[in-house]
Amino acid sequence: MSVPPLRLDALHKRFGGLLVTDNVSLEVRPGELHAIIGPNGAGKTTLINQISGVLAPDAGRIELAGRDITALPMHARATLGLARSFQITSVLPRFSALENVALAVQARSGSSFRFFGRADREAALNDQAAAMLTEVGLAERMHVPTMHLAHGEKRVLELAIALAMRPKLLLLDEPMAGTGREETERLITVLRSLKGRFPIVLVEHDMAAVFALADRISVLIYGRILASGPPDVVRADPAVVAAYLGDEME
Amino acid sequence: MVALPAPAVQPRLRWSAEGIVPLVIFAAFAALPLAAAFGAKAYILALFSRIMIFAIAAIALDLLIGYGGLISFGHAAFVGLGAYAVGILSAHGISDGLIALPVALVASALFGLATGAVCLRTRGVYFIMITLAFSQMVFFTASSLAPYGGDDGLTVQSRNTIAGFALMRDEQSFYYVVLGFLVASYLLCRALIGSRFGRVFRGARENAARVASMGYDVFRYQLVAYVIAGSFGGVSGFLLANATEFVSPAYMSWQRSGELVIMVLMGGLGTLYGAILGAAAFVLAEEWLSGLTEHWKMIFGPLLILIVLFARGGLVGAAGRLSRAKP
Repeated sequence: MSVPPLRLDALHKRFGGLLVTDNVSLEVRPGELHAIIGPNGAGKTTLINQISGVLAPDAGRIELAGRDITALPMHARATLGLARSFQITSVLPRFSALENVALAVQARSGSSFRFFGRADREAALNDQAAAMLTEVGLAERMHVPTMHLAHGEKRVLELAIALAMRPKLLLLDEPMAGTGREETERLITVLRSLKGRFPIVLVEHDMAAVFALADRISVLIYGRILASGPPDVVRADPAVVAAYLGDEME
Repeated sequence: MVALPAPAVQPRLRWSAEGIVPLVIFAAFAALPLAAAFGAKAYILALFSRIMIFAIAAIALDLLIGYGGLISFGHAAFVGLGAYAVGILSAHGISDGLIALPVALVASALFGLATGAVCLRTRGVYFIMITLAFSQMVFFTASSLAPYGGDDGLTVQSRNTIAGFALMRDEQSFYYVVLGFLVASYLLCRALIGSRFGRVFRGARENAARVASMGYDVFRYQLVAYVIAGSFGGVSGFLLANATEFVSPAYMSWQRSGELVIMVLMGGLGTLYGAILGAAAFVLAEEWLSGLTEHWKMIFGPLLILIVLFARGGLVGAAGRLSRAKP
């Protein structure tokens, strides 16, 4: 049996009187795209934040490829291979797209406590970064300062940054948020090309995208996992239909 | 129609400003003693040494504010520590720069390490306040150092020798020593900003959470930068004590910290050479206005407000707008 890339064991998180993560246990299998869906306020982003290290759970355990990372800070989890994208676009606005990705490459190639020598002239960093940008289809825009990129391009750039970290697990928090129809298509194409190469946890509101991409789906409602399984099983689950998908799917 | 190639060479333009302006500034400083040969030479050399000494501290502060987004309001503490290293050693008969400078560096670096480890746990206004608080602690400590003059400060017996040679005694050779330190400080900071370390540090200002999520421990990078900037402050203090042959708690007062921030803002944030121009503008304005009237601060204050309001980007920004306005 192979080690699951991510295992959550009885996670709890409480904000004041509100239980936002209620005994969540979950296992992501090697190579699978595991989607987490649920209505607004179900605690999806809170869950992602606990996995990536922004928030500490009140109780429970998080394992990355068999290793307990519950107490590790965000940067240490990233070093172990946990890469994430953010629901609200999170890039370095005054850096070019290339520099954004090159910074992520740099984190994986030697010490960054180097005070001499221009980082922007390191071919090894630039070449890898350019390759990532080509992969997501942003090669032509790589020298543009990120603040001048379109929203959809920034979303794709986030993926390139995550890829550059050579992840053992990709954590994608609503990569389609705020994108138009065409941009969504483009993102789905990119995600499909990533699928299978990395285990992916995808939090997404776009149900068409989720059902097109996911190998398994977990439904989160009021901080609790209501159902978990392959798309057609989840889609047919009466509890899920009643609680969530009924109005979402028409 | 011929399609124009994409303007991928925007960095070129930046290079020209970053390459030529500092060269012009340093050449002007280097030529000044020749131009001042028939004037009040000693006065001018002392004045411009003072400008360059503050410029060293201001460049380091620009590193923190302009590139790191860390608004330190206690930078004068480092200058004061460097100056007191010279003063206290000299009071004990040690007056060689090869001892005083390393002591100044170590003292300011250690102070940066200890206080930075606390300050950098906070953000925004809290960071400003806590850096101010730490520098006031040093100020009051120096004021109560009775054996070393307390409030009144203490006189440095004579300028530091360097390996036994009185290289800094003559006003002109001292001036060139200071210029050497200024050029070295500028080049080191410039290298740092473009380096791998600098990229992480600059990235953390843009979006600290993003940089952390890439696997960087942002706190460590900021702390190292804080210590480096503090050490440059120590160098500045070492030179200041030698320039004035006197040290006093006033060197590390909060007003002085504020003046350093103003120099950086006046020159233009995030350019490094702007800090040099800012230091020059500040010291010259102070010198000129204080010659006009005893109440020069009443003119200087509103002037600063006007600069902040109307010359965004400081002198460098204003010059950039002027050069772009030309056909």
